[in-house]
Amino acid sequence: MHGTEGERGKPQTLARQTTSELGRLFETMLLVRRVEERIIEQYLAQNESLSRGEEVAHAIRCPTHLSIGQEAAAVGVCVALRADDSVFSTHRCHAHYLAKGGSVSRMMAELFGRATGCARGKGGSMHLVDASIGMLGASAIVGGSIPLALGAALSYQLRAEARVSVAFFGDGAVEQGVFHEAMNLAALRKLPVILACENNFYATLSHVSARQTMPIAARAASYGMPGIALDSDDVLAVAEVARNAADRARSGAGPTLLEIRAYRWMSHVGTEYDIGKMLRSPEELEVWRARCPVARARRELARAGVSEEDLRAKEERVARVVEDAIRSAKAADEPAAGELFAHLGARPQA
Amino acid sequence: MTRELSMSEAIAEATVIAMRRDPNVFVMGVGVDDPAGIFGTTRLAHDEFGDARVFDVPISENCLTGMGVGAAISGMRPVLVHARDDFLLLTMDQLANHAAKWSYMSGGAFSVPLLVRAVIGRGWGQAAQHSQSLQAVVAHFPGLEVIMPASPSDAKGLILSALTGSAPVVCLEHRWCHGVRGDVPEGFYTTPIGRAHIERSGNDVTLVALSQMVLEARKAAKTLEAEGVSCEIVDLRTVRPWDWETVCTSVHKTRRLVVADTGWTHFGVGAEIAASVSARLFGHLAAPVECVGLPDVPTPCAPNLEAAYYPNAATVVQAVKRTLGQARVGGADDARAQHVKPFTGAF
Repeated sequence: MHGTEGERGKPQTLARQTTSELGRLFETMLLVRRVEERIIEQYLAQNESLSRGEEVAHAIRCPTHLSIGQEAAAVGVCVALRADDSVFSTHRCHAHYLAKGGSVSRMMAELFGRATGCARGKGGSMHLVDASIGMLGASAIVGGSIPLALGAALSYQLRAEARVSVAFFGDGAVEQGVFHEAMNLAALRKLPVILACENNFYATLSHVSARQTMPIAARAASYGMPGIALDSDDVLAVAEVARNAADRARSGAGPTLLEIRAYRWMSHVGTEYDIGKMLRSPEELEVWRARCPVARARRELARAGVSEEDLRAKEERVARVVEDAIRSAKAADEPAAGELFAHLGARPQA
Repeated sequence: MTRELSMSEAIAEATVIAMRRDPNVFVMGVGVDDPAGIFGTTRLAHDEFGDARVFDVPISENCLTGMGVGAAISGMRPVLVHARDDFLLLTMDQLANHAAKWSYMSGGAFSVPLLVRAVIGRGWGQAAQHSQSLQAVVAHFPGLEVIMPASPSDAKGLILSALTGSAPVVCLEHRWCHGVRGDVPEGFYTTPIGRAHIERSGNDVTLVALSQMVLEARKAAKTLEAEGVSCEIVDLRTVRPWDWETVCTSVHKTRRLVVADTGWTHFGVGAEIAASVSARLFGHLAAPVECVGLPDVPTPCAPNLEAAYYPNAATVVQAVKRTLGQARVGGADDARAQHVKPFTGAF
């Protein structure tokens, strides 16, 4: 049995409530997009300075994995969650952190290696975290955070709390043993967890077709859980599917596997495009760029009667937030030297 | 009040006490609910708390370890039990990459109060994959604590320390220690993690031993006492962080050190302690530090090979004598000679 396609009915005009929700989702997606575009600009500027042999006082010095083009997956799933639901993520975690409500300033401070960073400069871009908003961490080991999401779900189940946990992971994680262990365990114990796979089609430069034989959502059937595949250009469709999965989890009916096809525009890591390398073609990228979830949301809002002025106001507001965050991150202090030995979480060896 | 219990009874009691005190403690592992109850260590808890808090799981050690981490950072105190510590190797991603790092990597946003218990097998031809002593592997990672009790009272106190502390702790229990009996205080108490215990006072040689080798060290000390050699036995109890202060204070007095470990000597706990003590007390040592442990091969099955493989009290006695200059290194009376090939070639 293959996974079923989640499909939202497409009304000609959006209901007022839907329009207002889409407006919020547009703004969050825009925030993710703008933050990552500014990261690219920062990298390009600092690299230019470094190539000229100049000192760079404020630099991002950590591997950065961008999710440009994939924003709707994170934003659509997280809008379906409550504040006390939890999210676990991967090395590509900017969108998940921001969509769950993470502070842009603390994120940028983390990337700049500042004491005010969300992980106090200990984690960097791949390990964004904020327990207070339910962003319970991100692992840079492919598939590594899936069992942690199950563990959070297990604790909600044991304490009889109506809470949901989400594991975000990529298509590559489906090739890991721990994914299959987790699918079995989540289904067996009916854990309140959403297994949210963002299929961005590439593991570094290797296309998913070179690595897997079966559609990802179809794997759910062999573990006895629903598996739903959908494209991520329609953020409201993602939200609807995620709400159903969250309701199912919260009601005690168990987990759902989502395969959200969210094409990665940029290279695996860093600020470049990798078109022309390996299987990637410019035509393939153009197909997906034409399906940009942020642009689509903007079009739909305009069609629903939101004025160009209002849309620009949103864009300017987001841009201001990002600029303020970058400015405050640059101005913040580095972690004190003694912080090297802090936060071990276990007794140190003397 | 104390009474005599076996170490497995003491572990079972510690688990029940922790579960009564804290509703967030739960136990999971393959076979924790079966009649044998992991050598009797989980039976009591299952009898009292049932499947809700003591439950069997699929054979998915890595995922279960990650679930332990996720549950631990979400307010629970999971106890994950493995019938053999060889299975820990299946969990190393979650143990080393996640449990050990989730606190540090998040700038202290979380603590990970996860207890992983695993049993070291020995004997009965269990061969290479049911008998490993993996403390050096686990102890390599900052962010983990590793305990190895040798007595019932320490087992109870150390486990209660783990279940009331905030760190991820790996407890390695030697199968041959489960049956060891001893006085155990009633009720709740903790034995501090990171503190060694002077098991026997002596003046000539310090014997640092852990887990089952403490039992062998005791026998060795008795033999040596009859020959006029006074041994001080330090039961290490905790491998990470190991208690260098107690060890060095003892070695400062005796000027001689033998480390008796249940694991391989190469890249092992003995090597770590020898290096540290040599660095701290270099000019003060009267002899090179001796390490007793396993030879550099996997565990064999055949009874005669198995007997030759494991160190015992006699091996410890020989090591002590070498530090006293009473045994010729590499000679016929050197038990180590069968394991160590002397260097013969040119560089």
